[in-house]
Amino acid sequence: MTATEMKERLVGRALKRREDPKLITGHGNYLDDIKLPGMLHIALVRSPHAHAKIVSIDASKALAMPGVVAVFTGKDMLDINPMPAAWQAAGVKNYPVPPRALAVDKVALVGDPVAMVVAENRYIARDAADAVEVEYEPLPAVVDARKAVEPGAPQIHEAAPNNIVFEWECGNKAAADAAIASAEVVVKEEIINQRLIPTPMETRGSIARYDATTGEWTVWMTSQAPHVHRLLLTAFVFGVPETKLRCIAPNVGGGFGQKIFCYNDMAFTMWAARKLGRPVKFVEDRSENYKYSTHGRDHITEAELAGTRDGKITGLRVKTWANIGAYFSTVAAGIPTTLYGRIITGVYKIPAAYVHVTGAYTNTAMVDAYRGAGRPEASYLIERMVDRFAAEIGMDPAEVRRKNYIQPEDFPYDNGLGLLPYDSGNYEPALNKALEIAGYAEFRKQQAELRKQGRYLGIGISSYVEICGIAPSAWMGGQGWGAGLWESANVRVHLTGKVVVTTGSLPHGQGLETTFAQIVADELGVPYEDVEVQWGDTQGTPFGYGTYGSRSLAVGGVAIKRSVDKIKEKARKLAAHLLEANEADIVFENGRAYVKGSPDKGKTIGELAAAAAVAYNLPPGMEPFLDETSYYDPPNCTFPFGTHVCIVEVDPETGHVKLLRYIAVDDCGNQINPLIVEGQIHGGIAQGLAQALYEGAVYNEDGQLLTGTLMDYAVPTAAMVPHIETDHTVTPSPVNPLGVKGAGEAGTIASAQCVMNAIIDALAPFGVKHLQMPATPERIWRAIHGK
Amino acid sequence: MIPAPFDYYAPTSLAEALTLLQRHGDDAKILAGGHSLLPAMKLRLASPSVLIDINKVDELRGIKVNGTVEIGAMTTWSAIEHHAALAKACPAMADAVGLIGDIQVRNRGTIGGSLAHADPAADMPAVVLAVDAQIHVEGPNGPRAIAAADFFTDMLSTALEPGEIITSITFNSHGAGEGSAYAKFPHPASRYAIVGAAAYVKLENGQVTACRVAITGAGPKAERQPAVEQALIGTDGSADAVAAAAAHAGEGMDMLGDIHASEEYRRAMCKVYAKRALLKAIERAR
Ligand SMILES: Cc1cc2nc3c(=O)[nH]c(=O)nc-3n(C[C@H](O)[C@H](O)[C@H](O)COP(=O)(O)OP(=O)(O)OC[C@H]3O[C@@H](n4cnc5c(N)ncnc54)[C@H](O)[C@@H]3O)c2cc1C
Repeated sequence: MTATEMKERLVGRALKRREDPKLITGHGNYLDDIKLPGMLHIALVRSPHAHAKIVSIDASKALAMPGVVAVFTGKDMLDINPMPAAWQAAGVKNYPVPPRALAVDKVALVGDPVAMVVAENRYIARDAADAVEVEYEPLPAVVDARKAVEPGAPQIHEAAPNNIVFEWECGNKAAADAAIASAEVVVKEEIINQRLIPTPMETRGSIARYDATTGEWTVWMTSQAPHVHRLLLTAFVFGVPETKLRCIAPNVGGGFGQKIFCYNDMAFTMWAARKLGRPVKFVEDRSENYKYSTHGRDHITEAELAGTRDGKITGLRVKTWANIGAYFSTVAAGIPTTLYGRIITGVYKIPAAYVHVTGAYTNTAMVDAYRGAGRPEASYLIERMVDRFAAEIGMDPAEVRRKNYIQPEDFPYDNGLGLLPYDSGNYEPALNKALEIAGYAEFRKQQAELRKQGRYLGIGISSYVEICGIAPSAWMGGQGWGAGLWESANVRVHLTGKVVVTTGSLPHGQGLETTFAQIVADELGVPYEDVEVQWGDTQGTPFGYGTYGSRSLAVGGVAIKRSVDKIKEKARKLAAHLLEANEADIVFENGRAYVKGSPDKGKTIGELAAAAAVAYNLPPGMEPFLDETSYYDPPNCTFPFGTHVCIVEVDPETGHVKLLRYIAVDDCGNQINPLIVEGQIHGGIAQGLAQALYEGAVYNEDGQLLTGTLMDYAVPTAAMVPHIETDHTVTPSPVNPLGVKGAGEAGTIASAQCVMNAIIDALAPFGVKHLQMPATPERIWRAIHGK
Repeated sequence: MIPAPFDYYAPTSLAEALTLLQRHGDDAKILAGGHSLLPAMKLRLASPSVLIDINKVDELRGIKVNGTVEIGAMTTWSAIEHHAALAKACPAMADAVGLIGDIQVRNRGTIGGSLAHADPAADMPAVVLAVDAQIHVEGPNGPRAIAAADFFTDMLSTALEPGEIITSITFNSHGAGEGSAYAKFPHPASRYAIVGAAAYVKLENGQVTACRVAITGAGPKAERQPAVEQALIGTDGSADAVAAAAAHAGEGMDMLGDIHASEEYRRAMCKVYAKRALLKAIERAR
């Protein structure tokens, strides 16, 4: 290769994921694969009641069983603090009651752990847990967020009067009230965004080992953010120096948000390992995951949208009750506030909007971020209301959208809800493209024709914008987030020219190992195979915030690029020295530094790395080695967008929905790896259409989870997900040098309302204006038959 | 997800299995595909202290099709699904098996296990009722045959006596003018039947001369639908006649209701699925 010949760029290419062969052939190393010498196993005694006082706990029978090492209760662990409440609602009083390692004196949900058995193996532990006798005094329970804050509702925590976690608002109430009072048309709807269970393939757990000689722990955890967990567990829960804990996330089998949070098992395994002097392991089974690990969504909303007869939206007023569950999970309050209320107007220019959110404790599993986290709830709401409005004024829903879109010249766009400005966007081309692929005009004719034959087809449109690259630290600090939110990266070029990248991101299914290697290989001009990406161990990686909020490329990836830039800068200096040229005359291209004008006079990055590593001949003052670290705090979030369209047919006899077509046109800025983007979109859509059609966590009035197993809770199988037709537009983000926005959650954020709008469109001849999710056959059948 | 402790035996002959079953009595359970028994044990809804695994008993496996069909109790759904002659001899069975769970479930689950378990939402009970199968069992008092119509006694209960093992299922292959079909409303999570309807019809000279319809999923056990059958026999099997007959589906049945389908809805779906199964069966008979 000559110096001027371009190495083929990898960015933009659909490379297969390099992490996959190991994972899909069963060679991954997940938490439950780890077996330490002398390791003990924990089984929990969990409450069968949703709300009760603990009268007594008798572990004598369990302790007498062979192989049982110890039984502990919440009272034994009063020397450690409750889990931290890291993200509280901004600007208002919060009443955070996070869970303790084990419940003390009372339980607040079915599955609340009251005691833990530690035994030689998991089987003994489980049998012994059954032998622990707990006497409860049951109390009345409440599971519905709106009912929980009504007078006379059962009171769950003394520290949270009326079960209120926070009351928060954004926007302009007076303006929204006025817009609604004076509007030509107002549509009003109660919109329920039902509770979902994230269901990562791998459940959660922790293994803790304690070294009494040094007072240090190592904890293996199913975690999307091990550095954050290290910080929270040491500084807040145990009150020990941060340096006393090493956290390791091995391969993580999916998270969807559920593994962001600091859970009680991290604390009780650490506590028990220290107490017993042996490693201890806790791994949830699926039933425990369903009962106790966090759920998502669960909003009840009263929404009013005002507009003119000719389709201009003039106001939006939203009142939401957000179910927080029995305790305050780590970032629970940020989701239904900043990540929901502040983006409620979506892709539309709505002059007056106001959102009020009440966070409520109930006797249910904790609710926290789940793929999309707040933004799916917001998009669902606005996109249902826009369709509702279009139907009310008899205007084509595509036309209403066009009339109200934020226009390209409006960017950066301030939506008036306290969000950072939308970075860039061009909404109409994505809509046009999606409608064109769908054959919209033709479909409308066909739809009318088929209706005459008693066939009910519908088309749904969903235009969305979301918040990715969750960051700037200063802004997030103002939003109640208790820390910074930048990302770190270290890049080293070793003596052999091989490149090691360590990232504070925590890939757990996003394909980041591949994406990051593509960026580094291009930027440094080294072979893709020579780039190794490492993560997941607090020992050996710089502090980082982890993977969630579609931030790992737009923040973590950019941190990597910045480290590479610094490496190139140093390499250039070194090249100038070795080539006896002026630094200003050195060109760095295709992995090679050469003197401008004489491309044959140069040094490859490998040669420069070796020179830097042996350090025989460095310019004065230069330190050895090519090794650079960056902490990247972006100036803004990024705002991907797009339009999805879907076509359904409803069987009027049974209410079954058939998804005939699903079209996704997404704009996530520049795409590093289109195959991975498409995979993320597919997975996201599967989860969103599952919310529309299948999934829903149901509690009965007593707080028993009726959808407690995968035989009852309908996660779709591949056969239930249609072929997805993907396309895209590209509007680079001006926020970061890669021009990327993020794609991890977009599919979920766009899809539930797309399917619901299509179903409701299909049901228009029956006078149906709205349906709650999931649109089960029975719900649809009742709507059709007026039952 | 961790079952209580148990002892495990893996006999290689039916005789050996029967002896073990007799020796351990009520404490023992036969293990076939394990797709109902093991989940129940993991959730500790069942805690047998002895498991007798009959997967190595080869004599219980296999399909024979001539004038009659004989299916060994340990035959898996996937073996049934991929048997071309059986699909011709009894399309309802092929319809039903193709809709059971997913591929993994069909690779493990057995017809004998399904019938013995008598899950109210299982598919096969409706099919064996509609084809009027004989269920062959062997126990301490030797072999006997039980008519499908007498086999399902209540929710999760059958006419099996203690110590008895199902050995095979037999029924007549369809001949000229005979047709059958199975139509199912699957549970969105488990894929079991919320309502499943199996129909068998015989047409002679354009007239329905025999008809058996059975519904599963809707009530505590799979049940024949005599009112539907009687209303259809003697008609020409036209769409109108079928709709009129199917309107009797679910009559006299105790309907189940749950978060996935209420009693009222299940009742309505009995009629729809009985109609769909009958229309298909008639189309095949013609
Ligand atoms: C995810 C999932 C989805 C499913 N979906 C469906 C579905 O859509 N439709 C459907 O019909 N079924 C469904 N099933 C059930 C499955 O089809 C099995 O057939 C059924 O569980 C029983 O068969 P088995 O061989 O697994 O029996 P096992 O679980 O081994 O045994 C069940 C019971 O029968 C007894 N038993 C077994 N064999 C004999 C015998 N020969 N004689 C006497 N007693 C015996 C056992 O002792 C036990 O009590 C599903 C199961 C799962 C796990």
